[in-house]
Amino acid sequence: MSSITSDLTTRTAKSPRERLARWFFFACAAISIVVTIGIVVVLVLGALKFFRSTGVALGMAPGDTVSLSSYLLEGKWTPGSEPQQFGLLAPLSATVMLMLGSAIIALPLGLAAAIYLSEYASDRMRSFLKPALEILAGVPTVVYGFFALVYITPLLDQLVPLGVGTFNMVSACIVVGIMIIPMVTSISEDAMNAVPDSLRQAGYGLGATKFDVSTTVVVPSAISGIASSYILALSRAIGETMAVAIAAGSQSTVMNPLNPVAYFSPNSPITAQMIQLATGDISAQGAAYHAMFALGLTLFVVTLAMNVVSELISSRYREVYR
Amino acid sequence: MTDGHSEAETEPNATTDSATMTDDSEDELKTHSAGFESPPTGETIIEAEDVNVWYDDDRALEDISMAVPEHNVTAIIGPSGCGKSTFLRCINRMNDLIDDARVDGTLKLAGKNVYDEDVDPVALRRRVGMVFQKPNPFPKSIYDNVTYGLEMQGIDGDYDAIVEDALREAALWDEVSDRLHESGLELSGGQQQRLCIARAIAPDPEVLLMDEPASALDPVATSQIEDLIAELAEEYTVVIVTHNMQQAARISDKTAVFLTGGKLVEFDDTQKIFENPEHQRVEDYITGKFG
Repeated sequence: MSSITSDLTTRTAKSPRERLARWFFFACAAISIVVTIGIVVVLVLGALKFFRSTGVALGMAPGDTVSLSSYLLEGKWTPGSEPQQFGLLAPLSATVMLMLGSAIIALPLGLAAAIYLSEYASDRMRSFLKPALEILAGVPTVVYGFFALVYITPLLDQLVPLGVGTFNMVSACIVVGIMIIPMVTSISEDAMNAVPDSLRQAGYGLGATKFDVSTTVVVPSAISGIASSYILALSRAIGETMAVAIAAGSQSTVMNPLNPVAYFSPNSPITAQMIQLATGDISAQGAAYHAMFALGLTLFVVTLAMNVVSELISSRYREVYR
Repeated sequence: MTDGHSEAETEPNATTDSATMTDDSEDELKTHSAGFESPPTGETIIEAEDVNVWYDDDRALEDISMAVPEHNVTAIIGPSGCGKSTFLRCINRMNDLIDDARVDGTLKLAGKNVYDEDVDPVALRRRVGMVFQKPNPFPKSIYDNVTYGLEMQGIDGDYDAIVEDALREAALWDEVSDRLHESGLELSGGQQQRLCIARAIAPDPEVLLMDEPASALDPVATSQIEDLIAELAEEYTVVIVTHNMQQAARISDKTAVFLTGGKLVEFDDTQKIFENPEHQRVEDYITGKFG
């Protein structure tokens, strides 16, 4: 009897091994948060040194800083040549072009693929296509860049009457669009799968065809998930670096993203400019060095805002089915 | 007889020991085919002859033959798994949506076999509306829910008037007339189900199929739906599946009793079924001895 009593009163949950395990797992979880916070702090500190109003107070020479208004409002980006100019509008316009261009490719194709997978494909077809899409998502982005440079651009050069240069935005937009299709498709398809079958039945019962049910019942019912798939995919697109840097070149000019002709020229978005600054021959104290941090922070704010919007959309507009 | 039931319920070994029962159902069919010629309450609109349904290798319905008269409420009752919903879904070919379902036999709507090669199930469903077990309004406005079928079927007309008529017929107009553009999901369960009825009748079908339309509702909402069904029968032919025998007795003109194994055991005037059924098994089921 006494041995049972001693068994029953053993405190396994407070044994050293259990405590150690708990702390270990907590530490692993904490690392990612700490690192994220660290990155944000580094970005903010670097960016503060870039701007005149805060940089001088942090010990920077006034000549190595840039005023916030000229950063935000001017359109010349020439960090590597005299006179150094840091007008965000040039790389930002390329980023917007990248977003719009890849959206034109990825949003309709990704949604159509999701409709096919969710509504039309047989189980066998789906079990083949879904892994294939995941493989597409797993291709290293640098490979996409080469694909654009050696395949898409020469093809476009033949198709477009006036030809395109070796580096151009349109092939960058096309590959980035292809790159984000799996993301649009997989998140949208999840949202469509969550639409209750009873709604499809209601549609069919009212004499709707499969196409009707897909487009007028399933897609509208899954719209919040589809919208957040779009936003997440586009925030991935504007964060894309390697493929764009390879395909679209290194020039930086302000362009009108709504002008289709502009897409045939080279331009480099925020990410590609950061690569150039990081790999270029720049002093660790100069404005060009801190410009990297300002660009990084800008991109971070934009993608963070998009993620927040995506969260808001999916929580606010999610239909609650009973 | 009591032994006979339990044997018939364990369906798989039904070849020899259910001989009596097979006789019963054949008798039954004869009785009915006699009744087909002069249905007392209306012309036959739906006529099933030897309808069988398989899901893969499982036989869900066995040689169902019955004739549903126009402008009547026909109830289909029976225990769970007896195939009553399956039969209902044969009428508008909703079973086509299930990959491994297979139907044979003939099922005529107004004289045309709906399983003929040249019948388009989409077109069929435009003449045969359906209301489901759980209210399933679209996540759209009340107005758009009602007009959905009209739009899908390419029906022109004064949508405002059609919506009002359908909602009035479904006894919902007074509760929603001032908020037609709010989401259908905002309504209570009973209101949602009446919205689904309005949605089904807006395109003016011939037949309205109802698959346990009140089973997810509270008693008050249930009685509203029941009152409504009686009124609907003036304009539509209503076929309603229910597991609630009192409900069948209250609202239907004709009752079909399906028992385990997907067999139609008795089909007659509701009063006859509930007061003086031909079959002992039906009487046992109705009086609650099993099921």
